Amino acid sequence: MTPAPLFRIQDLHVRLRHRGGERTLVREVSLSVRSGQSVGLVGESGSGKSVSIKAAMRLLPRGTRAEGRIAFDGGDVLTLGRRELARYRSREVALIHQDPRAHINPTRTVGAFLTEGVVHTGQMNRAEATERACALMADVGITDAARRLHQYPHQLSGGLLQRVMIVAALLPSPRLIFADEPTTALDVTVQSDVMAILLEQIRERQVSMLFVTHDLDLAAAVTDRLAVMYAGSIVETGPSAEISARPLHPYTAGLLQCRPSTAEVKRLTAIPGRPVAAHEAGTGCSFAPRCPFAVERCRAERPHDRSIEGRTVACHRVEEIADRLEERAS
Amino acid sequence: MKRDHTPRGAAARKIAATVAGAGATVLTASFVIFAGLAAAPGDPVSQLLGAKATDEARANMRRRLGLDDPLLERYRHWLTEALHGDFGISLTSRQEVTDLVGPRLATTFLLVGMAALLVVVVGIGLGVVGGLSRRGRAVVSALVGLGIAVPGFVAANALIGVFAVDLGWFPTYGSGHGLLDRVWHLTLPAVALSIGYGAYVSQLTAAAVAEESEKEYVMTARGRGVPAGVVLRHHTLRNAAVPVLTASGLAVAGLVAGTVVVEQMFAVDGVGALLIRSISSKDHPVVTAVSLIIVVAFVVVTTLIDLLQVALDPRERATS
Ligand SMILES: Nc1ncnc2c1ncn2[C@@H]1O[C@H](COP(=O)(O)OP(=O)(O)O)[C@@H](O)[C@H]1O
Ligand SMILES: [Mg+2]
Repeated sequence: MTPAPLFRIQDLHVRLRHRGGERTLVREVSLSVRSGQSVGLVGESGSGKSVSIKAAMRLLPRGTRAEGRIAFDGGDVLTLGRRELARYRSREVALIHQDPRAHINPTRTVGAFLTEGVVHTGQMNRAEATERACALMADVGITDAARRLHQYPHQLSGGLLQRVMIVAALLPSPRLIFADEPTTALDVTVQSDVMAILLEQIRERQVSMLFVTHDLDLAAAVTDRLAVMYAGSIVETGPSAEISARPLHPYTAGLLQCRPSTAEVKRLTAIPGRPVAAHEAGTGCSFAPRCPFAVERCRAERPHDRSIEGRTVACHRVEEIADRLEERAS
Repeated sequence: MKRDHTPRGAAARKIAATVAGAGATVLTASFVIFAGLAAAPGDPVSQLLGAKATDEARANMRRRLGLDDPLLERYRHWLTEALHGDFGISLTSRQEVTDLVGPRLATTFLLVGMAALLVVVVGIGLGVVGGLSRRGRAVVSALVGLGIAVPGFVAANALIGVFAVDLGWFPTYGSGHGLLDRVWHLTLPAVALSIGYGAYVSQLTAAAVAEESEKEYVMTARGRGVPAGVVLRHHTLRNAAVPVLTASGLAVAGLVAGTVVVEQMFAVDGVGALLIRSISSKDHPVVTAVSLIIVVAFVVVTTLIDLLQVALDPRERATS
């Protein structure tokens, strides 16, 4: 029997109070990350990736409610008391946010930002924290670390600031890092550098990672497993290489077709229609309105997860259309 | 001269520019006040000598007061004396203006200081409570609405009616002698003076704190397990301090102007009451001096705000 995963979300629902009623943001999400594993959570903007991560950090905004089970190392995250929650957030997991400019207080120095997590949770004293921060800054390619500590965020470029965020995440030596679109807000010229640095650190320290992105190819290249999300639900999960080689859900296939191909010149076919939010989805499959394979049943009945070829796919017609998907993708 | 491009150099330049700007403002204001009074209708001479004075007596008086010299010449003369601490002699009481203003300035200073303390402590305190909790917000916005809607003189009359007449806890008028007695005399006036601006500061503080507590960097800190109290001090309140201090400074500057009315209503013998008396008796040397004091107080407060902003916001320091 394989050991229990380090981190597991089961049947997560996130609902938001809205005009007297409730609105679903995330529906029936399940995924897991094993120790040392990198898992990609992929989907278009608005699909519920950040909301899922926030639920996992217990950082959901007021008026939202998370149901289901989120387990870290066997413990139930959703019911942690104040002290255990502080411990979980400060030592076990770390979150790298999308936009470092917004997520780092502009009125405090880089040094204050870096050390506050470990100092105020009693893990290190300020001197130790500063020393370790300097060493980590050198590791992620920040030169002149001692001087940077006294600078303010506005004096650093976006790429540099995101490296600072990476250092902050690594400082308490967490076991799992949530990286929520860590390069999306950065200048394109530095995105790959920052990504490479993050990966290097993750691998070197054997930290597990839940990597959130809208870029399926990037996710497939840097993770072991993928979970593809659409309208608040996971539509396909499986090993990254297999999913990118042979998508089984029409949405995954659509995402793969949207990319500019490397080898040959292929036409970019964006998925027709616009992505819907979880609360806008009707009773049927939420992808049905945009799906070229949708039939009456797809519009009427929500598909359940089906296990096929070692993957989980939420599609009524997965067996029927597998070959046709492959044709379209090639 | 080589420009210093370090942040510290930029900050120093900014401070120097702010202080120089304040000096220029005071100087300009002094001229505007002086020229404005010279151009004002009515004649201090008739006020002094009465309507029945002969033309000759009037002309003599004008000459003695130097009223026939050109405006710029008179201004230069006045400015030179003023810079030496001499604001001339009151036309009505024949006393040195400085002797007339000095003790009253202490009273007004105490009154404005007490009101400022109320605005800052109670106003900001209520604002923080209102900004942090839902229920607090409801209570605070009700109080704020009341504070803003009720006119100052109504509030003053209500305060006098309840706390001075009915309960007899405070005197109804006067400024008192000795510090404690003065504080006791000035409590109701200070409360009346602080209500409107206190409400304004509360409201703004509540909004700033509520806005700050939703900021992404606040979430970052919470997500790192930083205790709530530390998050509140290091992020929410720290960053809300910039707009709150600006508003408080403007409020305190407003108190300086507001004291004129409140002193009148509570018969407090401060510079505000003196100003009103001097205006009606066309006592120009006193009016000029008191107006200038109000301007200086205003400019000092607003300059302090500017400097505090430079101290509180590193981005302010960078732009020069
Ligand atoms: N604080 C919030 N209040 C209301 N709706 C929200 C909030 N945060 C996210 N949502 C909604 O939840 C859905 C998922 O958002 P999110 O998880 O941020 O998407 P993404 O996959 O791009 O990270 C979107 O429809 C978004 O509008
Ligand atoms: Mg997101």
